[in-house]
Amino acid sequence: MPELLLMKYAGQPGRDAVEEYVRTGGYEAATRALKELTPDDLVAMVEASGLRGRGGAGFPTGRKWRLTPKREGDVRYLVVNADEGEPGTFKDRTLIEGDPHQILEGVLIASYANQVHRAFIYVRGEMFLGYERLRRALEGAYARGFFGRNILGTGFDLDVTLHRGAGSYECGEETALLESLEGRRGEPRVKPPYYPAVKGLYGRPTVLNNAETLAHIPHIVRLGADGYKAYGPPILYSVSGHVTRPGVKELPIGTPLREIIFEHAGGLRPGRTFKAVFPGGSSAAILTAEHLDTPADFDSLAKLGSMLGSSAIIVMDDTTCIPAVMRRTVEFYRDESCGKCTPCREGTIWLSQILDRILEGHGRMEDLELMDGIAQQMTGICLCALGESVPPPLRASLKYFRDEFLHHIRAGSCDVVRTPVAAGGARG
Amino acid sequence: MSGRVLSDATLSEIARLRDAYPQAESALLPALHAAQDQVGYLSPEAIADVAEALGLAETEVTSVASYYSMFFLTPVGRHKIRVCTNLSCYLNGAEEVLHRLCERLGVSPGETTADGRILLEAVECLGACEEAPVVLADTTRHARVTAAAADDLLGGVR
Ligand SMILES: Cc1cc2nc3c(=O)[nH]c(=O)nc-3n(C[C@H](O)[C@H](O)[C@H](O)COP(=O)(O)O)c2cc1C
Ligand code: SF4
Ligand code: FES
Repeated sequence: MPELLLMKYAGQPGRDAVEEYVRTGGYEAATRALKELTPDDLVAMVEASGLRGRGGAGFPTGRKWRLTPKREGDVRYLVVNADEGEPGTFKDRTLIEGDPHQILEGVLIASYANQVHRAFIYVRGEMFLGYERLRRALEGAYARGFFGRNILGTGFDLDVTLHRGAGSYECGEETALLESLEGRRGEPRVKPPYYPAVKGLYGRPTVLNNAETLAHIPHIVRLGADGYKAYGPPILYSVSGHVTRPGVKELPIGTPLREIIFEHAGGLRPGRTFKAVFPGGSSAAILTAEHLDTPADFDSLAKLGSMLGSSAIIVMDDTTCIPAVMRRTVEFYRDESCGKCTPCREGTIWLSQILDRILEGHGRMEDLELMDGIAQQMTGICLCALGESVPPPLRASLKYFRDEFLHHIRAGSCDVVRTPVAAGGARG
Repeated sequence: MSGRVLSDATLSEIARLRDAYPQAESALLPALHAAQDQVGYLSPEAIADVAEALGLAETEVTSVASYYSMFFLTPVGRHKIRVCTNLSCYLNGAEEVLHRLCERLGVSPGETTADGRILLEAVECLGACEEAPVVLADTTRHARVTAAAADDLLGGVR
């Protein structure tokens, strides 16, 4: 297996100290970028690397930077999305706690590449330890002259402000995040015209990237686009649920689900069989044992009607009741909906009511069609992707685990744990 | 100015925050955090002080504060125990942990103990699913919490 890039030092003690990061070659890529490369060189390099945003949508990072207008004299901002909240996702937190300077170095390079002099890092409110480590790291980096005025004697200025959120999943959506950063409720803006790249923070062009996305940048500069690509290119999978070695797994993008789950995450607990998996956070359509040989990349998962999303892999074994998992999933999006769009606000309420009644033993046969119909009506008409989050996993569950819903409706009870449903092979 | 509750220290922190952003409104969330840290919740007086310090309307500040789940507009326990009940934690026994804590504290999720000291909340994914089930006791994260470990954890908060 090739050497790790992003996770190489993550979790070793003292990584928030600037001396420690510098000792292992930290800020060398940024120094080279500022002293030897032009902003255009850097944008071209990131484009050539093929890096796609790691916040969930997978937008090509180089193209995002190129699309950001760079008129001389205009104010531009960089905003880092460290609001990580998609269920099952913990790679940003792992990087922030484990090696925070890596992200800060990415911020410095990205700011220079986009000629930005003011950056904000929006850190999720509940991420107490991560915020503290970032704060310490930033303080140390300022003291060493990596931020502030005339950085490393190059004449480039950059100030970075850490900003704490206050408990709202919806604020991870980029335009809601900007609203929140401007001191308002976290409700999305209408695109167009409010694409962050052109009309972002305070109406100015804004480069908005996920925290992991920026952590890739120093490695791209250090290795060059081709050298970086030779690592896979790498991606961080957050693997959790019913596996024996959960954690962040840095692997070449496109590693098959089976290998990720059964080799890298240690497989299932003794005596258990595989049942289903969310391959890209809880808004991705769930997949079953027959899909385990699928490469976990953007295109392969999209072909199955699912998605790579935030690359959060939540594994479920035969002790799992799928209708109950769907109820938890729907409740989450119901509670986090900002309420602006009717299908998102009302659809999630109806669906959770129907799932309640099925799980309480009062389900009706028509309920399955009813849920499918509501899910269809929620698709394609919402202001942001939160409203589109429930239909894929719910409809996939109704397709692959219809019998389980039917059992609940007919018998009025759950028998999953006592009589495990054999889900077609794939043993741990 | 009536009913000022924020201390000089909090107000000067808010003034510092205001100057840390290109526009004062951006300091609202951090200012509300500072006010809540001091008062324990966002009382109408605290909201009024924040509004005045940032030059915003009180109704606007209340509306914003009410949107975010970490802000409390009514009194709650100083100590906050947050139990993640989202998928990975749910799959790994979070319901038992929550149940045990409810029992021990004599509250339902979302309630503060009778002595007013501890708020128990069921919360969404805390971004630490590899440690499921996860409990956040004030600012400290506890990993792989069992029902028995939940008891010990309460000892640390009391
Ligand atoms: C409801 C919702 C929640 C989101 N939460 C996050 C998040 O926590 N972190 C994140 O980086 N992106 C999140 N996104 C995606 C962002 O809108 C945006 O695409 C991303 O931050 C852009 O960065 P990237 O290009 O580097 O991926 C979310 C999107 C939606 C619709
Ligand atoms: S889809 Fe849902 S969360 Fe998104 S803007 Fe509409 S109501 Fe708000
Ligand atoms: S599901 Fe509990 S921390 Fe993610």
